[in-house]
Amino acid sequence: MNRFDYVRPASIADAIAAAAVPGSAYLAAGTNLIDLMKGGVSRPERLVDVTRLPGLDRIERLPDGSVRIGALVRNADLAHDADFARSFPAVAEALLSGASGQLRNAATVGGNLLQRTRCGYFYDVAAACNKRQPGAGCDARGGENRLHAILGWSDACIATHPSDFCVPLAALDAVVEIEGRNGRREIAVEALHRLPGDTPDQETVLEPGDLIVALRLSGKSARFADHARYLKVRERTSYAFAVVSAAAALRIENGVMQDARLALGGVAAKPWRARAAEAVLAGRIPDAAAFRDAGVAALADAKPSGDNAFKIVLAQRVIARALALAAAGTPERMPALPASPFASVAGALYNA
Amino acid sequence: MSLSISLIVNGAAQTVALDDPRVTLLDLLRERLDLTGTKKGCDRGQCGACTVLVDGRRINSCLALAASLDGAEVLTIEGIARGDALHPVQAAFIAHDGFQCGFCTPGQIMSAIGMIVEGQAGDDPERVREGMSGNLCRCGAYAGIVAAVLEAQRTLAETERRNAA
Repeated sequence: MNRFDYVRPASIADAIAAAAVPGSAYLAAGTNLIDLMKGGVSRPERLVDVTRLPGLDRIERLPDGSVRIGALVRNADLAHDADFARSFPAVAEALLSGASGQLRNAATVGGNLLQRTRCGYFYDVAAACNKRQPGAGCDARGGENRLHAILGWSDACIATHPSDFCVPLAALDAVVEIEGRNGRREIAVEALHRLPGDTPDQETVLEPGDLIVALRLSGKSARFADHARYLKVRERTSYAFAVVSAAAALRIENGVMQDARLALGGVAAKPWRARAAEAVLAGRIPDAAAFRDAGVAALADAKPSGDNAFKIVLAQRVIARALALAAAGTPERMPALPASPFASVAGALYNA
Repeated sequence: MSLSISLIVNGAAQTVALDDPRVTLLDLLRERLDLTGTKKGCDRGQCGACTVLVDGRRINSCLALAASLDGAEVLTIEGIARGDALHPVQAAFIAHDGFQCGFCTPGQIMSAIGMIVEGQAGDDPERVREGMSGNLCRCGAYAGIVAAVLEAQRTLAETERRNAA
């Protein structure tokens, strides 16, 4: 790990001033950043510790029915907040399907939004990576790339965004509140991350010094609570990143899907909102044919970036299964294996 | 740059002068306080061997900067027995053969204590396995670990009931 200066500002204004200096990075729990620093992937000259900033660790219900989540709320605390989990069950399920109990106790809401890709070539400082070192090339293109992107990738970068949390947030129109050098502004989660294009090193629309202070979900999005699921296919049952995941949320009235929300994880450099699929679903009866059509629509523009053509078919199937689970209804209790396609009882059918 | 941090470690107040902010909580425990029960496995948050409780919550001490935890209360494997009386989770690991080589065991035990406090798993073995998935055991003692955690949970609940009565 490189040497760095450590500062712990007492106010948001001081934090922004400190972090706007080139070479600075915000430190919250550090579950991603410290790991990247140990590998020499990130080499900040100064860490600005935001963990003591006041007022950023609360979950609040606002008068308009929306929920405001401070950026320092820990993943585990948000997932286990009974009121929040009732209103946004797919978000709670996504949180509990990510990382481990220890990491969820530490990791913050703001940090999760800004976590970096898990592309092995990004992590390997001996490999060429345009994201880590602009212009260096991309060793993933001819390397081990069966888990890489199938949507929105470019010749410069085929990495994926690893967050589970961000997937239902994108589906449910969540908004991030940002404080920066020019005051406060808001951005939809869906618009926070950039696709790689020719500049994969620019991962978000944040400016130097910008600090995510909160996340908001509207009361309108809570209307999907009765039919909302997250489904995540992994290479082991627990404690693994998604190969492909999907957040599905439906409003069903009189046996018809009035409204649908769908987003994918593990397929692109950002959480991937599938609006074309949502349009396919609206007004239809929730049946296998509709779910299959949604999968086809969501992946219409997909193309393999390497040995990963299987992910296109897998994503279509994950979408169909996630929609079927959402249509069946949000379970009363969080499943023993959150977001898992496997039954938790040996020999049982998952959907039985 | 020199900074001084204060921690309560296993009930005792400790003030440590750090000449470098790079020190993780894991390295501080092992190298500065000689508490080597907490193990360094992967040092990257993937194996759980370094699990300790900070302010009552289990975390990976290898990914936590000590400087950022100034003022925190830390509980390690050295702090859980009462004299010669083992903690119920320790006793259950012995009774159920919850280890072979023992390297991951301090992390497993601290993680189990943290998970029981979280109260999400109940008596469902599948939920215990899921709750403990952040702790790897290369000897493959998982069956014994799950049995031990379930028994320890029952013992702790009974003790609580007796104390409440």
